[in-house]
Amino acid sequence: MHLSEALSSSTTVTVTVRAFARYAEILGLEETKLELAEPATVGDAVKLLRKSVPNAHLIPERPLVAVNLEHVLVETPLREGDELALLPPLAGG
Amino acid sequence: MRFVTPRPIDVLGLLTTVAGPELGGTALFVGSVRRGDGDGPVEAIEYSAYEEMLEAEFSKIMAETAAQWPGSRVAGMHRVGRVPVGESSVAVAAAAPHRADAFAACRYAIEQAKTRLPVWKKEIFEDGSTAWREDDQPDAGTKPKTA
Repeated sequence: MHLSEALSSSTTVTVTVRAFARYAEILGLEETKLELAEPATVGDAVKLLRKSVPNAHLIPERPLVAVNLEHVLVETPLREGDELALLPPLAGG
Repeated sequence: MRFVTPRPIDVLGLLTTVAGPELGGTALFVGSVRRGDGDGPVEAIEYSAYEEMLEAEFSKIMAETAAQWPGSRVAGMHRVGRVPVGESSVAVAAAAPHRADAFAACRYAIEQAKTRLPVWKKEIFEDGSTAWREDDQPDAGTKPKTA
C-alpha cells in the first residue's frame, strides 16, 4: 500500500510506516509507504493515516512513536526514507 | 549477544556473560508469566516486539548502566512468541564489585526496560479468548508488574 495526500507542494517526502501489535490489527497492515508534502512531521503522517485507512481513527492523534528506532514526539520532522513506527502502549516484561 | 530470543531464556548463560574476576556481586531479575487475576485464568502470553528498536534501546540501557555504575556489567534477554504461564519472559543480570551496586544496576536496567522497550503482550486465556494487555505504563510507578 502506498498512501499520498493531495499534494500541492512540488517537493515530497516518502516514509515507511510500521505498525505493531494492536495498531497493526486496527490498520490491517504492518507496513506501508506514505508520501507527504514537505515540510512534514510525524503528526502529519498520523493525520494522513487516520484520514485514509479504515479504522485508523482508533489510533490516538498523539500515539507513542519512534523514528529510525528512537522514541520521538509527534512534532518531529520527517525526512525522505525515514522509518516511522506507531507503538501501542508498551508492555514488556 | 542479542537481547531478543524466541527460545526459553538461558538464565545461567546470562550469569556467565556478566561474570568477571573483579565482580564480587551479581543480582538477577527474572520476570515470568503469571496466571493473573484480570479477565480470567491466563494460559500463556504472546509477546511481540519491534525487534530492531528493542536491540538498540537495550544497548542504550546497558551503556547508561555501565556509565552510572563504573565497572559493572549488565546483560539481559526478552523472550518473544508464546510464553506459557510459569515460564520466564524477561531476565536481567548485573554484576559489580560489590552487591549494593549490583542490585542498583540490575534494578535500573529492568525498570528502564519495562518503560522503554517496544514489546507488547497478548494474553491467551484458558477459554481460548485473547486480549491485549497494555496496563504497564511508564507512569505506573516503580513496582514491576510482570506479565
